[in-house]
Amino acid sequence: MAILVGPDTRVICQGLTGRAATYHVARMMAYGTEVVGGVTPGKGGSSHLDVPIFNTVAEARDATSANASLLFVPPANASAAMIEAIEAEIPLVVAVTERVPVLDMVRVRQALAGSSTRLVGPNSQGILAPGIAQLGVMTTVNARKGGIGIASRSASLTSEIVAQTSDAGLGQSTTVGVGGDPVHGLSLADCVELFNADPETEGIVLIGEIGGTEEEQAAERIRSAGITKPVVALIVGQHAPAERRMGHAGALAASGRGGAKDKIAALARAGIEIVPEAHLVGETMRKVLAVR
Amino acid sequence: MNLLEFQAKELLARAGIATPRGRVAGSADDAERVACRLGLSRFLVKAQVPAGGRAAADGIRFANTPTEVKQTAAALLGKRLVTAQTGAAGKLVQWVYVEEVVLDARHLYAAVLLDRSAGSLMLLLSGEGGEDIETRAEANPDLVTRIDVSRLDAAKRDEIEAAARRTGLDAATAASFAALAEDLVEAAFALDATLIEINPLALTADGRLIALDAKITIDDNALFRHADLAALRSASVIEDGDPQEVEAQRHQLNYMRLDGDIGVVVNGAGLALATIDLLSAAGGAPANFMDIRTTASTLDVAYGFELILSNPRTRAVLVNVHGGGMQKCDTIAEGIGIAMRRAARPVPIVVRFAGNNAQFALTRLKSYGVPFVEAEDMRDAADQAAAAAKGGGR
Repeated sequence: MAILVGPDTRVICQGLTGRAATYHVARMMAYGTEVVGGVTPGKGGSSHLDVPIFNTVAEARDATSANASLLFVPPANASAAMIEAIEAEIPLVVAVTERVPVLDMVRVRQALAGSSTRLVGPNSQGILAPGIAQLGVMTTVNARKGGIGIASRSASLTSEIVAQTSDAGLGQSTTVGVGGDPVHGLSLADCVELFNADPETEGIVLIGEIGGTEEEQAAERIRSAGITKPVVALIVGQHAPAERRMGHAGALAASGRGGAKDKIAALARAGIEIVPEAHLVGETMRKVLAVR
Repeated sequence: MNLLEFQAKELLARAGIATPRGRVAGSADDAERVACRLGLSRFLVKAQVPAGGRAAADGIRFANTPTEVKQTAAALLGKRLVTAQTGAAGKLVQWVYVEEVVLDARHLYAAVLLDRSAGSLMLLLSGEGGEDIETRAEANPDLVTRIDVSRLDAAKRDEIEAAARRTGLDAATAASFAALAEDLVEAAFALDATLIEINPLALTADGRLIALDAKITIDDNALFRHADLAALRSASVIEDGDPQEVEAQRHQLNYMRLDGDIGVVVNGAGLALATIDLLSAAGGAPANFMDIRTTASTLDVAYGFELILSNPRTRAVLVNVHGGGMQKCDTIAEGIGIAMRRAARPVPIVVRFAGNNAQFALTRLKSYGVPFVEAEDMRDAADQAAAAAKGGGR
């Protein structure tokens, strides 16, 4: 098994008739992902990539028994599309869209609270369970079925780490891009818990970067949730130029968090192996697993 | 996008929040005319830069007559103001704000900001205000009340009113403070602002609340639905510095100039940060940060590469691309090929391609006749680029 997706994942795509969605969903189908329909308001009743198009998510869900939605809707309408999928109680929503206004995401987070939906993204490359399903825009050339769960804030770096873990002979159970935007759905901490409960996952890789407190929260969860599987983490941006500061409110809200050093310290305190340099993730994971 | 004080105050006024009488001026003569029109006996002349700490840096000065306003404006305009928040280079003062002096009985603090850790909009209220508010809040955490206002319902309004009363204000003033806080929250959503900070918020002897200073940050990703704010952008961004960075954005490149001598070409922000880390560990210094977005075309990449070559400091270029999704390595290779055909000077180039079409991209680069060194992995690429910049290299 993988996390979040499996052989019984049935995917609809919101915004399927767009150019980017057409390109990527065709690749997903070729990879073996079961895509059962699309949603484009006003185009219901037609078909695209040989699957039926519906006007609403609820119609698509009723007609196809879809249990996941991949969202390619442009920024202006992306949050409304996410909320529509949440209200239609789609269990898994993966949002690829970049540049969604952040206060729209605050509203989406309100809709998510107490719902039965797990949202991945936005600004996520998606989820890849090698040999099982691809929900997203990532390359699959270096992915191999295996035992490493990868949760990442960076799409480009995930491709790199997938290649490294494949080269190290480990392979991946699932890779999840939680998304590069400040406010998003599923967190790195949530992924760690899911991977810990997944029998096929032997080791977990966290890929973090400067900004926000997501890595600190993951460290906290690893300490409190009884994570038993080995976790290694790569944090990038240690030599990045300092962010410009504006006013006092940011400092009032979160002091002493968000920098690469803060993140590394928090993760190390939680007993996580820190990967010293970006090219050593596969190696580090292999060594950590060999010791156990 | 960080707005200047005069822009922020105009938006506050539109949201129904009182600000001192004042007007912006772009020249000393303008400043004098503004002062004459205001017809006051005492003025503030405030340098307009998108950063805090202006008072301590002598960017806010008093003047008693329109002539003094003119002299003060002349002293501030065209200079770079260095404050605790601007960095060492400071910010160019292109405008001054000429304003009435408000006699206040007390300073308060009010702000709304995006709390990215919680995924919420947070309201901050305090019965004290001023430059060193965060220092005082550290010593006394109860000084500032934090309220999640992602959904402003009746219960939240009650919570805000209770917080306003706890500041020790009398009932009527506490009610105005709470009403102002609610206006701020509504304004943040209406403007797509990730920050609106009023510090200090003056309470006058006759019980009025007036925003003496204001900072607003607008979410760049939401400018598509705020045509009026997008128009402010050109003014603010040019003020903020590097026109090359703005132009690069139009070419689907996130570009930032740094102080080193090694040009860096990477796709994706995470991989770019990782590359800069490796380069620094190898003893190299990046001349720039560059993240090529997946939507970039060959010509966009060529533009970015020319940007790097045009930097006189550049002594070597490190290309680290992991092709994925819609971004294939050969798109980057073509862009480099085009840029190098037009290049005036030879620069050692170290290339590491991986992922989609990596081998094909190397072939394309060779067919363009571009001399380059092929690296085995990221670390090797960083080592070789650092060595090449020092005049060595393999």
